[in-house]
Amino acid sequence: MLAVRATARLGAFDLDVDLAVPVDGCLALAGPSGAGKSTILRIVAGILRPDRGRVECGGELWLDTARGVDTPPEARRCGYVFQDFALFPHLSAWQNVAFGLRGVRGRERRAQAVELLGRFGIADHADERPATLSGGERQRVAVARALALEPSALLLDEPLSALDSRTRARAARELKRTLTGIDVPTLLVTHDFGEAALMGDEVGVIDAGRIVQRGSPGEVAAAPATAFVADFTGAVVLTGTAHPVADGTTAVELDGGGRIISLDVASGPVAATVFPWEVVLEPVDGRHPTSAQNRIVAEILSATAVGNRVRVALAASQPLMAEISATAAAELHLQPGARIAASWKAAATRLVAL
Amino acid sequence: MIGRAAFDGLLALCAGIVLAFLALPVVALFTQVPLVRVPHLLGEPAVRQALLVTARTTAIANALFLVIGTPAAYLLATRRFRGRSLLITIVELPLVLPPAVAGIALLAAAGRGGLFGDALANAGIVLPFSQWAVVLAVTFVASPFYVRQAIGAFEAVDGRLIDAARTLGASPARTFARVSLPLAASGLATGWVLAFARGVGEFGATIVFAGNVRGQTQTLTLAIYDQLEGNFDVAIALGIMLVALSAGVLLASKLLAARRGSVRRAAPAPAAV
Repeated sequence: MLAVRATARLGAFDLDVDLAVPVDGCLALAGPSGAGKSTILRIVAGILRPDRGRVECGGELWLDTARGVDTPPEARRCGYVFQDFALFPHLSAWQNVAFGLRGVRGRERRAQAVELLGRFGIADHADERPATLSGGERQRVAVARALALEPSALLLDEPLSALDSRTRARAARELKRTLTGIDVPTLLVTHDFGEAALMGDEVGVIDAGRIVQRGSPGEVAAAPATAFVADFTGAVVLTGTAHPVADGTTAVELDGGGRIISLDVASGPVAATVFPWEVVLEPVDGRHPTSAQNRIVAEILSATAVGNRVRVALAASQPLMAEISATAAAELHLQPGARIAASWKAAATRLVAL
Repeated sequence: MIGRAAFDGLLALCAGIVLAFLALPVVALFTQVPLVRVPHLLGEPAVRQALLVTARTTAIANALFLVIGTPAAYLLATRRFRGRSLLITIVELPLVLPPAVAGIALLAAAGRGGLFGDALANAGIVLPFSQWAVVLAVTFVASPFYVRQAIGAFEAVDGRLIDAARTLGASPARTFARVSLPLAASGLATGWVLAFARGVGEFGATIVFAGNVRGQTQTLTLAIYDQLEGNFDVAIALGIMLVALSAGVLLASKLLAARRGSVRRAAPAPAAV
């Protein structure tokens, strides 16, 4: 369990957070640049001391400004994956990983570091300096280095944003698998809500130093508490089990019922994401041939105007969200409690293995 | 208005005058004495003594400013506190101070009747006109070259690497030794080369504070001055030796700077998002 409470002056606004992450959980904080996300990680790691605050991890008190407790970063054992990774440029990949190994001497240091790199599939690059590694390889070295500490908490600052878009999808899957496999309270920050939804068991949306909403990714995306959250959350996230079907597409049996189709290849537990603006709404009885293969009948929870668009929150087996033009919304006569059909194309459905 | 050709000609003329003015005296140095006689001339006892004095005082002065100046530069580079800019200005002051003024200042501090001179004398320490005075004069004029460069070198180390080292369990001292020092190393070496050259060339502060006693405080540059009256050829030979040393130092610093440039470029830059 990682519990953090802190207030600090941050330029234009005050940071004021109170959060807790269970030992096997991952809380993903999502928010725009300058919202104070990295500051929270720095406070937890002990690099930055807040004006007032208390940080407790696994029964150890790391910081309590009221009682004058402030454990230095080297004694906290926080695995910290920095933005752009902050690998030591003068050390090879294995030396970077071995930097945090304690009580291991001589040849055993290298063996352990290389073994850890091997778990991330980059043992071959053990002797290379960070400068010669690709972005994806650097990210894996950074994660391996953080885990080599046997950390009591894991902190990840934009772990995917330094990667190009091609590498990112795969790196995201791998990182998700790694995070699922460890029993360490994990705090991840990102400016991308989709990324937060994918990585976090829970998502917190942070704006101007405050966590404005917290919940499961689906809850937050489907029922944004404020206009800011509504605007910030991008994708709808649906969980289910994927299996290939005869025509080469993938069917996903959604948790709680329902079935959707994607052109992505996957099998087993997946998160299916679709952007709300790709979801078409039509009356339930208005069935006619369409290229949209996915169709779910849902109950309208709310319709919120955001500028010239309307965000429509829907309840089906899982929460769903559609974003349509204000004109279309007016024509549909959206009434909370009424039923409506949501449809979108299989090609707009992205699958990520869980 | 002057034409383009005339303008280019003017530029070339000025460049030629600058080069000739700066290079000719050095070239002339090599024309006064047959080069084969240089080793023989440098075998003079006075030269050997001056070489010894220079080697000893330079070694001690360099050790002093490396051992004490490096941590001091690290502090000034990594901490932010009130009066920091003032401290850095004080460190830089000897760079622009006329060396003779530095010598007088050292006398005023440590000489007889000086600020600390009598207290030191009572403790049995008399610095002026001793070999230690040479060490202090060299340290005073040369160390700012090193410390200033070292501050820049430590400032250039990415602060997140320091943070990373701390979160990975390294104490501040271990972080300094394992991360800051190696990453600043080539910058520190560049500063050292400059300070070393400045120290070897030291003249004004030394002659004021330490005098010009052969075998005691007479360094190579002071020996040149001494030999002007005695054996001009020896003075020339000393000049040739110091030109060779200076050229070597300049080359070393250029090589270090080039290496530093290539390390900078090879440093992991964030990939495009």
